[in-house]
Amino acid sequence: MIKGIALLLLFQLLGESLVFTSGIPLPGPVVGLVFLFVAMQLCKAFGLSLFAETEAAADGFLANLGLLFVPAGVGIIALSGELQSQASAILLVLVASAVLTLAITVWTFIIVRRLVGGK
Amino acid sequence: MKHPMELWVYLSTSPLLWLTLTLLVWIVATTISVRLKRHPLANPVLISIVLLSCTLWMFNVPYERFFAGAQFIHFLLGPATVAIAIPLFRQWQKVRQALVPMGAALVVGSFSAVLSIIVMGKWAGLSQDVLISFLPKSATAGVAMSISASLGGNPSLTAVLVILTGIVGAVVVTPFMNAMRIKDYEARGFAVGLTSHGIGTARAFDVDETAGLFAGMAMALNAIATSVVVPLLARLML
Repeated sequence: MIKGIALLLLFQLLGESLVFTSGIPLPGPVVGLVFLFVAMQLCKAFGLSLFAETEAAADGFLANLGLLFVPAGVGIIALSGELQSQASAILLVLVASAVLTLAITVWTFIIVRRLVGGK
Repeated sequence: MKHPMELWVYLSTSPLLWLTLTLLVWIVATTISVRLKRHPLANPVLISIVLLSCTLWMFNVPYERFFAGAQFIHFLLGPATVAIAIPLFRQWQKVRQALVPMGAALVVGSFSAVLSIIVMGKWAGLSQDVLISFLPKSATAGVAMSISASLGGNPSLTAVLVILTGIVGAVVVTPFMNAMRIKDYEARGFAVGLTSHGIGTARAFDVDETAGLFAGMAMALNAIATSVVVPLLARLML
């Protein structure tokens, strides 16, 4: 388990380092994701299995992904009172935008797949 | 023997209490969610935030004190993002077959997520700083907060808007997609991951593993796309 977590952190560290030194405007963990994926493909190509524990750790994280958003979400209690005057407008825009984005994204996916002759 | 009040004073200022409570509340919230057969409204993130916020409000505990304990969980958002490499690796074959629709849905969806906020936010009369903090709300928390900060927004407001967007998408997606009679779980997952990042992805994994994978892909890709689209549209339209 420790080895799995250490490797996930190591790849995040590599990602953050590249972002910091190169100045590319990407989040470090996303670059770490790409690095880990490439490393796993390389290992597979060479017939090595280095990532069994990483897979177990990753499954643990992904099974409880929602938990990780709870601390920042509780921050709603710390928002200042001046926002309260805009609260209903903010909520309306937020819900409308979420529903619209869901609909546009799902239909783009389905229509483009039909156009290029997927399933 | 010390007075119980002294124990409360001691514990409430230590990170241990708030970290432990966050985990316990999460266990209760997931149990409720499973008991209610993963009903969309019984979203464990929503339940946890409501329970914890009420507790802090009741005992008059400032958010900073709570976060001193809960930050250890918050920190794991980074490695959890890296962890999406694993389902991506396992199901690479499926992803490869859907590269074109994924790319198209990413570009169109990412622009819609930001553009809809600019247009509707101006129409609803939101102030400039709220609007800027609002733009990256579909990207995952850490990414959205850094985009917001770089444009002069308010990162803690952004964090809350990100999480509310996550919850709204996760609650709405199942009934909404069923109402539109969409049975393509790759498309459904991709849409909820793009709109609602990790909270949408968590919901998608609860419903269907393939949907979860595509949601995770969309979350990772939209973290990248949002970092490009938000500064661009902010410069052009605000």
